[in-house]
Amino acid sequence: MSERTTKQRETEEATDAEAGDGDATPTQVTSGATSAVRALENAGIETMFGVQGGAIMPVYDALWDSDIDHVMMAHEQGAAHAADAYNVVSGRPGVCLATSGPGATNLVTGIADANMDSDAVVALTGQVPQDMVGSDAFQETDTTGITAPITKNNYFASDADTVGDTVGEAVALAGSGRPGPTLVDLPKDVTNGETDREPGMPQTPETYTPQDEADEAAVATAAGAIEAAERPLLLFGGGVVKAEASEEARAFATEYEIPVVTTMPGIGTMPEDHDLCLSWAGMHGTGYANMAINHTDLLIAVGTRFDDRLTGGIETFAPEAEVVHVDIDPAEISKNVHADYPLIGDAGRVLEQLDDAMEAGPDAEAWREQCRTWREEYPMDYKAPDDEPLKPQFVVEALDEATSDEAIVTSGVGQHQMWASQYWTFREPRKWVSSHGLGTMGYGLPAAIGARLASDGGEEVVCVDGDGSFLMTVQELSVAVREDLDITVAILNNEYIGMVRQWQDAFFEGRHMAAGYSWIPEFDKLAEAFGARGWRVDDYDEVADAVEEALAYDGPSVIDFHIDPAENVYPMVPSGGANDKFALSEEQL
Amino acid sequence: MSGGLEGPAPEERPDPEGRRNSQGIRIDPEAEAEPESRRAVLSALVEHEPGVLANVSGLFRRRQFNIESLTVGPTTDGDRARITLEIEEPRPGIEQAKKQLQKLVPVIAVTELEPTAIRRELALIKVDGSAPDQVGAVAEMYDGKTVDVSQESVTVEITGSEQKIDAAVETFGRFGIHEIVRTGTAALERGTRKTT
Repeated sequence: MSERTTKQRETEEATDAEAGDGDATPTQVTSGATSAVRALENAGIETMFGVQGGAIMPVYDALWDSDIDHVMMAHEQGAAHAADAYNVVSGRPGVCLATSGPGATNLVTGIADANMDSDAVVALTGQVPQDMVGSDAFQETDTTGITAPITKNNYFASDADTVGDTVGEAVALAGSGRPGPTLVDLPKDVTNGETDREPGMPQTPETYTPQDEADEAAVATAAGAIEAAERPLLLFGGGVVKAEASEEARAFATEYEIPVVTTMPGIGTMPEDHDLCLSWAGMHGTGYANMAINHTDLLIAVGTRFDDRLTGGIETFAPEAEVVHVDIDPAEISKNVHADYPLIGDAGRVLEQLDDAMEAGPDAEAWREQCRTWREEYPMDYKAPDDEPLKPQFVVEALDEATSDEAIVTSGVGQHQMWASQYWTFREPRKWVSSHGLGTMGYGLPAAIGARLASDGGEEVVCVDGDGSFLMTVQELSVAVREDLDITVAILNNEYIGMVRQWQDAFFEGRHMAAGYSWIPEFDKLAEAFGARGWRVDDYDEVADAVEEALAYDGPSVIDFHIDPAENVYPMVPSGGANDKFALSEEQL
Repeated sequence: MSGGLEGPAPEERPDPEGRRNSQGIRIDPEAEAEPESRRAVLSALVEHEPGVLANVSGLFRRRQFNIESLTVGPTTDGDRARITLEIEEPRPGIEQAKKQLQKLVPVIAVTELEPTAIRRELALIKVDGSAPDQVGAVAEMYDGKTVDVSQESVTVEITGSEQKIDAAVETFGRFGIHEIVRTGTAALERGTRKTT
């Protein structure tokens, strides 16, 4: 909580207590900017992340009188990632704010990230006054043009009277149907413009009508296919999380005893320690999940877009399976993998429909036994000999062990991300927060800030980061310190852009071009310089104590784990390969 | 180098027998052949506001659908415009293009027109002016008309199907074409059938 906001809150609470009224006075609409802020209040926005600047100043000024908490980030990319993680953890829209020109372009990576992962992020950007648009004015950039391909929809607000409605629509649209980022570009003459028009309650455009329920006849046919399947497999994607359908998904899997694999964004939809759960599939997914995918005769995919990191080569993906595809976005049906049974609708609702239509479960005991066998044949394990440096998998397991089941884990992108998702056992959705589709290094730390502010309980927020990823957005540590946020950053430091080094070893004859750091900062000291607490760990016997101390510290903490630089991520399906031909070691690549 | 994981090596694992084609369709003798491209005319009713055309054309660019022609204009409703697009794709590509187009928030409705729909294109063809009478005669043959005559050139206007205009352009070629402009296809369903 920023100092000013805290003070203001305190004053307001005191006043409210005297008046016997729990609600703060809503923003008085006098300008386009106050109208925009009023629309955010109407939409229930409580927290937003941003960076000040010339063209967005009127909106910031309007926030002075608002009850909305604003977190001042170090860089706009951090603001977008924090808003993104805020959405992933809470399910409520994440809002970020930036000025025109560089402020807006710095948001672009975060918006593209939210777009790839279907996260409800609302970006508000300042713009030069309309009479200067097109003149290459100071800090002018074509923000709506730049962001059109990476937003669900964007808006150029041209009128102070309607800007509030536009902002409200952007918020409503971001979170409805298949979620995604929206952006409103706010020219300074519009935000400064006079208006006393109250914005209406946020609503999506009349022409926007996502389909909730699947066609009954199609459901009946798909249910028949599930009943008749000999080797059925459920595939839960991020769409199950978005639709808050984990409960329905679990109920369906357990009632009909169908094994489950998830995608990476779908982690936690099924408890990973459940007998039916084979964990996540894809390039670095478990061997047993990938074996199941390649041998199933009916893949029941819910809320997934069949990303190539999941499918590997399309020609060899689930080659024996008919596909039931449940998705709210018709454009995902048969986009990458042909759907034999397309079911368009909300994940939870369609699973209920399927459940209603099913008369009996499939007879699949032999198949379940086969899945159990694969789990034993391809265990997720690692060797930790005394004469080799600290293994990253051990660190992840130690963190998992030391934290509660409710802990939230964020990550950057690379080897550490894979180890974290492989060796942490997730039991609930919205606990694994990562950059999946875009693969944005540097996502982890700002995401931890957004996650911390989104979580209402006392659960731990742990950012498992890489040395390369951490260096990309390290400035956000200043925000965590300033806002006194209780987060723990665990850096798996191998002094490499490790995933690149792994690929160079496998596919480029070990020529480590621009992969290794010949020198790297001492992250424990860097953390202390920022005002956080820092630890350095080199050996197994230091791990438990450092983890305990860092988790106990009530504020931002950083542990710099110096791990075995030679450790690689396995299993690995070579890019474009068949899922069941995963390598278990470098020799098999 | 560190060890990796335990388990049977790739070549020791049972191989599934099936396969999919590049479109993700399970291969059976019927579906095995790669589908042929065809020309489709899509009509989209859109919000009449700035940026919509850029967004539509950007969508086709970034998803690598090949636009053969594109026309856009207002409708009787001042808030709505109609975009007519011709694309050449195999059937799955056409279906995907329709769905992606429909997904854009300012796009209200999308239909693929029947092959029988009325399709028209307009061309202005400026040819050498040395034989104006002959040019006029050819223009008449194509139900066109002469719209401008100068010492050096004659400009004719031809309306019709793409094939008819192709034919006219070829015929006018004998006079020597100076310049040419074509609009792309505008199309409506016939009779009582609604376009969008």
